[in-house]
Amino acid sequence: MLTQFKFIWHQGVLKRYIQKSLSRRNLLKHTRCFSCAPTLNEKKKVIPDLSQFPVENIRNFCIIAHIDHGKSTLADRLLEVTGTISKSDKNEQVLDRLQVERERGITVKAQTATLFYSYNGQSYMLNLIDTPGHVDFNYEVSRSLTACQGVILLVDANQGVQAQTVANFYLAFEADLTIIPVLNKIDLKNAKPEVVMEQMKNIFEIEPKDVLKVSAKLGTGVNELLEAIVERIPPPKADVMKPLRALVFDTYYDQYRGVITDVAVIDGCIKKGDKLQSSNTKKSYQVQDLGIHQVDEILTHCLYAGQVGYVVMNMKNVKEGQIGDTLVHEGSDVQPHPGFKQAKPMVFAGVYPTDQSKYDELRSAIEKLTLNDSSVSIHIDHSPALGQGWRLGFLGLLHMDVFQQRLEQEFSANVIVTAPNVPYKVKIFGAKNIKMYGGEEVTVLNPCLMPEQEIIKEYYEPLVRGTIIAPDDYVGEMTNLCLGRRGVMKEQIYIDSKRIMFTVILPLNEILVDFYDDLKAVTSGYASFDYEDHGYVPSNLVKITYLLNGKEVEELTMINHVTTARTLARRVCLKLKENIPRQLFKISVQAAVGGNIIAREDIPAYRKDVLAKCYGGDITRKTKLLKQQAEGKKKMRAIGNIDVPKDVFITVLKK
Amino acid sequence: MGTGIISRRVYLSSFSWNTLGFSVAANILLPWKSHFGQLLTRTVHQEVNVIESKTPETDDQAVLYVHWPYCAKRCTYCNFNKYVSESVDHERMAQCLETETRTLLKLSGVKQINSIFFGGGTPSLALPSTIERVINTVRDKVTFKPGSEVTLEANPTKLETERLRDFKTVGVNRVSIGVQALNQNHLNLLGREHTVEQSISCVKKAGALFPGRVSVDVIFGRPKQTLEDWRIELHRVLSFCDDHISLYQLTLEAGTPLYRWVKEKQCELPDSDTMADLYSEAIQILGDHGFERYEVSNFARNGAQCSHNWAYWRGMQYIGVGPGAHGRFSIQDGGGPREARIQTPLPDTWMTEVENRGHGTRKSEPLSNQQRLEEMVILGLRTIEGIPSSRWNRLSRNQDLISVFGNSEKVRNMVENNLLYLDESGLRASSHGLMVLDSIIPHLLNVLEKNITVK
Repeated sequence: MLTQFKFIWHQGVLKRYIQKSLSRRNLLKHTRCFSCAPTLNEKKKVIPDLSQFPVENIRNFCIIAHIDHGKSTLADRLLEVTGTISKSDKNEQVLDRLQVERERGITVKAQTATLFYSYNGQSYMLNLIDTPGHVDFNYEVSRSLTACQGVILLVDANQGVQAQTVANFYLAFEADLTIIPVLNKIDLKNAKPEVVMEQMKNIFEIEPKDVLKVSAKLGTGVNELLEAIVERIPPPKADVMKPLRALVFDTYYDQYRGVITDVAVIDGCIKKGDKLQSSNTKKSYQVQDLGIHQVDEILTHCLYAGQVGYVVMNMKNVKEGQIGDTLVHEGSDVQPHPGFKQAKPMVFAGVYPTDQSKYDELRSAIEKLTLNDSSVSIHIDHSPALGQGWRLGFLGLLHMDVFQQRLEQEFSANVIVTAPNVPYKVKIFGAKNIKMYGGEEVTVLNPCLMPEQEIIKEYYEPLVRGTIIAPDDYVGEMTNLCLGRRGVMKEQIYIDSKRIMFTVILPLNEILVDFYDDLKAVTSGYASFDYEDHGYVPSNLVKITYLLNGKEVEELTMINHVTTARTLARRVCLKLKENIPRQLFKISVQAAVGGNIIAREDIPAYRKDVLAKCYGGDITRKTKLLKQQAEGKKKMRAIGNIDVPKDVFITVLKK
Repeated sequence: MGTGIISRRVYLSSFSWNTLGFSVAANILLPWKSHFGQLLTRTVHQEVNVIESKTPETDDQAVLYVHWPYCAKRCTYCNFNKYVSESVDHERMAQCLETETRTLLKLSGVKQINSIFFGGGTPSLALPSTIERVINTVRDKVTFKPGSEVTLEANPTKLETERLRDFKTVGVNRVSIGVQALNQNHLNLLGREHTVEQSISCVKKAGALFPGRVSVDVIFGRPKQTLEDWRIELHRVLSFCDDHISLYQLTLEAGTPLYRWVKEKQCELPDSDTMADLYSEAIQILGDHGFERYEVSNFARNGAQCSHNWAYWRGMQYIGVGPGAHGRFSIQDGGGPREARIQTPLPDTWMTEVENRGHGTRKSEPLSNQQRLEEMVILGLRTIEGIPSSRWNRLSRNQDLISVFGNSEKVRNMVENNLLYLDESGLRASSHGLMVLDSIIPHLLNVLEKNITVK
C-alpha cells in the first residue's frame, strides 16, 4: 500500500521501523528505545522502498580483525553514526546476539546490518556483514566475504598485527577484495601507530598513507571511514535487469517462521509472493516476507540486485536451507552462483545426552543449531557407556566449546562431550578390506573405528600451518614449545624491530588441547596464534586400546603418535585407577598397542565392605542404602564383571 | 542357668554348608540337577554351629525389642536415637513402656514372645523396676517360656555394674557390655564414661552373675590403631571375656562429633585395607580361641549366640517398643501383611502419644513380598547359615533361590570366585564374601528385582 510513498532516508526516520521487541533470532531481547520522527504516524508501518538504491549506491563490506581489536565496537559506532541505532553508552556488541557471544566478548556468528548513509548528496546503502574474530570461525569469515566487495582490516594500534590479522588479511586478499586498513584505539596512551603501520607495510605491503586511524570507542575517525567505504569499495557487480540469482550465505531457524535465509541478490530482484526455487533441491517456495537487517528485521517489498537481506519463505525443514545455494525464480534456467567450499571440520568429539531419555530432544536441538552453524558435521555414534549420541565435527576447539555452550544455553540441553580428536586417514590393503571400507583410503573420525593394524599400509595425520606473533624475547621458549609438539619451524620474520612472526608446521593433534594456553604461558600472554589447514602427512601413529581385566573398553580407544603413546597411556591408566572405585574383584587396567601392553595399573579388590551393625532398628536404613547402591549399579557400564560409573569415562575422556 | 537356647551341632553331611568352599564352588554351575550327584560326593563335610531355629517363623510368635532412649553422656561416634537428660521421669517412662508393650502385643496378636532385648540409649540406666514391669507385662499377656533370653545392654560404669545383680533379680539373664576399647585414650576420644579398669571389673562381675551369657562390644578401626595394638588388645579382651563378642568397625555417622573431626582432619581413621587387616586378624585370633563368627560382627563359643538377634537375621517378627523403636510384624493374628513400624523418636512426644492412644507408632507400612525377600537377602547373608531354601520358599513359593539367582551371570561370577555359595539347600556368603557383602548385595537385589514374579 505504501510503495509509492516517497521516503527520505535520514537519521531518525529509519529508527521508526526498528521493532523493539524480539531480536532477530528470538534469543535475546533488546529493550533499547528509539526516538521517532515526529512527522510519522506512530501506528503506521512504513515500508522502505529499496529501489531507491541502485547498484552504484550499494556497498557491501565486512570488518575483519584479530579478537579484541575492537571490531564489535566499531560496528556499534557505524550503526550509531549512520543513525541505525541511537547514540547510547549502552551500545555494546549490538550485533552479537548470542548469550555466548556477549559472555565471552567474541563474535561467533556473522551478522548483517544495513546502514543508510548520505554522502555528497547521494544516499548509500551500506551492508555491514559482521564476522567472527576467532581462528575457528574462518569459515564464517570466508562465507561472509563472498557477499562483500571490500573489507575493513582493523588492527589495534596498541597490540599491533596479530596472527589472526594475518590470516584474515590473506582471506580477503585471496578473495580479491578491496582492503581498507584501519588502526583502532588510537586514543590509547600507549598506542604505537607508527610501529603498527611499519608492521602492516612489512607483512601486507600496505602503504602508511592508506591507513585510516580511528577510535571506535570515542567515534574518532568514523566519518572518514564511512567516506572511505563509499569511495574505495566498488559497488557489487549486479544487474537488476537480469533473471534473479540470490546467493544464500547464511540461514537460521525461527521456531515460528521456519528457516530464514540471508541472501545477497546477485541479479534481478525478489518480491513478496515470488515463487523461488532452490538450485540445489529444485524445491519451490513462496516468499512470505523479506527485508533487511538493521539491529532487527525491517520489512521491505523488494530486494534488488546488489542488496543484502533476508527472505522468509515457508521452508520448514532445517535441512532444506543450504548455505551456498542459489535461489532463482521458479522455472528459471539461469546458471547458479558457484557455491561455497564445504566447511572442513578439524576436530571431532562424541556428544551424548547426559540422560538417554533426552536423546530426541538433543537431536532436535543439534539439528536446529547446526542449521545456524552448518560448519558442524554430524555422524551418528554409539558408545556402550554413554549410549546413543553423535560424533560431531567442529572447526576448532573454541567452536566446539561454543557449540556445547549454545546447546546448553539456547536449548537447555545437558550433554557429555568427549575428548576431541582429529580426523586421521589410513591407507589399507587387500581387495576384500578395500571393498569393506569402500576404498583404499579411510578417514577415521572415531578412533574406535580405526581399521585393524594388520591391514593398514600407512597412517596419515592432519597438519596445520601455524602463525605465531610474539616479542622476540620469547623465541627460545616458543621454539621449545613447538618442537615439543612435533612442530617444524618454517620461517621467522621480524615484523618490526621487536616482534617476530613464526611460521610453524604442527600436527593438528598436538595443538588440540592446551597448546594455546601453554603458548600464552611461556610468552607471558604476549603471543598470538592462528592456524590453517596444511593437509595430511604420513605419520607413525598407533591405536591405543584400554583393557579392564582383559576386556577392551571401546570408548577409550585413542590414536596417538608413537613417540608420546606411552606417556599418554600411562596418564590414562592412572586416571582410570584413581577414578574407578574398588570392587569385589581385582581390576587390572592396561593400555595396549597391537598385542603389547604399554602401561598398566592395578586396582586392588575391596577387602572389606560391610556395614558393622545390622539389627532390628538398622534394617530400614540399611535396606534403603543398599537399594540406592543397587540403583547406582544399574546405571554403571558393565565391562566383564566390573562396574564402571559413567562419570569415570567422562573424567578420563575430558579435555 | 536355664538358658532357653538350644545349641545343636548341625552336621551338614548332605551337601552345602561348606565353609571351605573350594570344592563346592566349582560345581555350582548349572545345570543344577545333573551336577548334583557329583556335588554330593565332592563336598567336604563341615560342622557349623547354629542355634536351632525353633521354627517360630509363623506369625503367632515374635521377639520384643525395648528402647530406653536416655544416656548419661553422648558418645562421639553415636547417632542413635538417644537423649541426654538431667531429669528422667522414670515412673512415667516405665508406665508408658508397659502400656505400649501391652498395646502392641495385643495388636500383633502373637501368642508367644521368644526373647526380650533392652537396648538404647543406655538401658542399664533404667531402674530395674522398669525392666521388671515390661517383662511382667509380657508374661501376663502372652506365653514367655521360662529361660527365654532377656538381654540388657549395659555400660561398664561403676554405678551400672553395681546394679547388675538387681537386673538379674528382675529377670534379665544376658548382658551386653559396651567395653569398646582397652585403650584409655581411645575411650576418651570415643566419649566413653568408663575406664578400662571399670570395664574389666564389670565384665568379670557380669560373668559371675550370668555365666555363659555375657557379651562384650568392642570397636575397632579407631584412629591410629595398628595391627599390633589390636592383637594385644584382643588377647587382653579374651583374657577376661565370657562366650560372646560383638566386634564393630568404627563407622562415621554424619552429624556426630567424630565425623566432624575426621572431616576437619583432626583425626584420621585407618584406611580400607587396614580395616580389612584388623577385621581379618580378629577373626583369626577369636577363631583360635574357639569363637566362631556367626554373623558379620558377632562371635560366640559354647553355643552363646544371641537368640534375639538371630530372630532379626532370620526375618522373624519383632515388636519394637519405646521411642524410635522399629518393628516388623503383622497385625490381626498374623493374617495381615507384615508391616514395618517406627515409633515416635522424641521421648516426650512418644510418652504423650502412648498416654493418649496406647502406642506411639509414628509410621507403619506394609511390606511387599519383594521387600521381605530383599530384607531376607540383606539380613540372611550376614549370617553363617545364609538363606536356607526352606525359609526362602515359605515366602517365594513359585521361585526357589536357584531359579531367581542361578541364571544371573553376576551371581555365577561371584560363585565362581568363592564369594557366594548357591545350591539347592540355600544361598550364603563365603567367609571372604562376608567381608564384602555390601558390594555383593546390591547386585543380588537387582537380580531379585528383575527375576521375581510375585512382587
